[in-house]
Amino acid sequence: MATKGKAPAKAPFERHGLTDEQLVEILRIMLMHRTLEARGFQLNRQGKIPFASAGEGHEGVQAGAALAFKRGSDVLVPYYRDLGLDLGIGLTPYEVLLSLFARKADHSGGRQFPHHYASKRLGLHSISSVLAAQVPHAVGAAYAMKYRNESGRAVLVTFGEGSTSEGEWHEGMNFAAVHKLPIVFLCENNEWAISTPADKQMANPNVADRAVGYGMPGVVVNGFDPIAVYAAVKEAMERARSGGGPTLVEAKCYRFLAHTTDDDDRTYRSREEVERRRQDDPVPNFERLLVEQGVLSPEGLESLKRSVLAEANDATDRAEAMPYPAPEDLYTHVYADSYQPWR
Amino acid sequence: MAVSTTGSKILNNVEAVRETLYEAMKNDDRTVILGEDVGARGNVFLITKDFINEFGAQRVIDTPIAEASIVGIAVGMAMEGLRPIAEIQFADFIYPAFNQIVGEAAKTRYRSNGEYTCPLVIRTPYGGGVRGALSHSVSIEALFYHVPGLKIVAPAFPADIKGLLNAAIDDPDPVLFLEHKKTYRLIKGEVPEGHYTIPLGKADVKKAGTQLTVVSYGLYVHWALDAAKQLEAEGLSVEVIDLRSIRPMDRTTILQSVEKTRKLLIIHEDNKFGGIGAEISAMVAEEALFSLDAPIRRLCAPDVPAMGYAEPLEHEYMSSPAKMAEAMREMVKF
Repeated sequence: MATKGKAPAKAPFERHGLTDEQLVEILRIMLMHRTLEARGFQLNRQGKIPFASAGEGHEGVQAGAALAFKRGSDVLVPYYRDLGLDLGIGLTPYEVLLSLFARKADHSGGRQFPHHYASKRLGLHSISSVLAAQVPHAVGAAYAMKYRNESGRAVLVTFGEGSTSEGEWHEGMNFAAVHKLPIVFLCENNEWAISTPADKQMANPNVADRAVGYGMPGVVVNGFDPIAVYAAVKEAMERARSGGGPTLVEAKCYRFLAHTTDDDDRTYRSREEVERRRQDDPVPNFERLLVEQGVLSPEGLESLKRSVLAEANDATDRAEAMPYPAPEDLYTHVYADSYQPWR
Repeated sequence: MAVSTTGSKILNNVEAVRETLYEAMKNDDRTVILGEDVGARGNVFLITKDFINEFGAQRVIDTPIAEASIVGIAVGMAMEGLRPIAEIQFADFIYPAFNQIVGEAAKTRYRSNGEYTCPLVIRTPYGGGVRGALSHSVSIEALFYHVPGLKIVAPAFPADIKGLLNAAIDDPDPVLFLEHKKTYRLIKGEVPEGHYTIPLGKADVKKAGTQLTVVSYGLYVHWALDAAKQLEAEGLSVEVIDLRSIRPMDRTTILQSVEKTRKLLIIHEDNKFGGIGAEISAMVAEEALFSLDAPIRRLCAPDVPAMGYAEPLEHEYMSSPAKMAEAMREMVKF
């Protein structure tokens, strides 16, 4: 409702209890996410790293969900397209670059593809690249929490819509519901599984509708709106932490880039589609929102962007200077004991 | 059978598994058992009978019929500090869990550079001779022994079962524990009281001999011992090694025996092509070829998909003490 003699008020801004600092933190995570994804592609095109994956379009989902994660207590079981979520729970840009460069100091010792982290410090589980294989692990971790009566803790497990075709996803959902486990299933539905559109994965347009089949709540949320994602995931995590059982949250987003540096998405979807969806790009939209709402000044935004880029550049330089694992490192951590692998 | 003395008792194989699991549940409340029908029914062979009454449904978990997640959930439990013992009701049902065993459990330590580990035991009954047909008779060890990061145990005697299952439960890495179902009630033996372990990866010479080394595991160890006794009556001396652990494999015990007897016969219930015998043959050929006085021989199942339900089909697939004795005779006399 417009007031006399003044400019119309801004559209209502529902911040779901987030402070200005938290809103800026969400934007910082989104900016760092996008910057480091771009850095991966740059380094690949420069011939410095063999491979990078792409999460552009997921920034809102991941930064919003990250703010609903309780550090030092919750456990995150992510998938490989979760760089923003990993950053949002405390992973540093330097750790990201060590992973991209496959350096010895990387969490996996340079063994794994980028963004397959493992950190007990952060509560960040080790994953493979096999889709939905992490879902039963998350359920087992949630079982352990419930078994030990660790109320106040919960597991957040993430995946794309393509993963929800896997049997292990359904098995995990089912078991979690049967045992009312403290876990939230967060689907980052970006509409594309490499080249396969969502309507070839499933006849139902909403992943969240599957929840009712398992006896848990299912929620659809706009994944381009980090505040909405935060609110939905926070509510679900609080329910999980307080004994209310699991929830399936589906955040609708879009994958703006090819699947990875090895993919060419021009072979299976039109440029028009991608450009049309770009208009909903969550990063510039969220920047604009925070400036319009006076949470951040234009100068503050520029300063934030500069600091993100400086941190990313510093992390790149430091990580690149670090050594690769030695050939002998191939032979460690096969078993706990000093097993000598046959050569 | 030996009379039970102080500090030991006579158990069959199923009782040995049961007693070991019971003690593990008693001794460590991080231990949970999960699988199909392990709770209210107490496992289809009654191995965990009444466990649910004593330890509760939180620790003895009747899972949905979903093998991939039985293992996958156990992996997650293990990564978060529990000591799960997952059961696959029959080894034939393990295939849906292949990804979780090979791609996940076996690689957790390696891929996280030691940050996360997977102290997990997966127990499963395997093997034939029980009219189990195509889907209750298979041997699965060869499908998994290719995989570094896994350990595989297949004991044949009750005392070995207890010591090796204790070692598997204590082990910080994933162990696939194979129980030959025909031996469950057929084989009895003395089992020491209390907690003891037998190191994973150590074979055991069950009968010493000088003219031929026989390497086997599972039910066929018992049949090979029967055959070796027949040969002894004929004045022929056969050494029988029970592999016990398939991975890691005890190369030392096999090589020492072959250096002594100069002949090697490998006997297993699984089919020959790509079986455990192939690896042992290759290893001995690489390490001790010039100690051999005869070609290595493998007595294994034929290269067909499975043993059949009909008695003649099962009989044709399985070996026997008589067939083993014949192969041993030919080898000794070569």
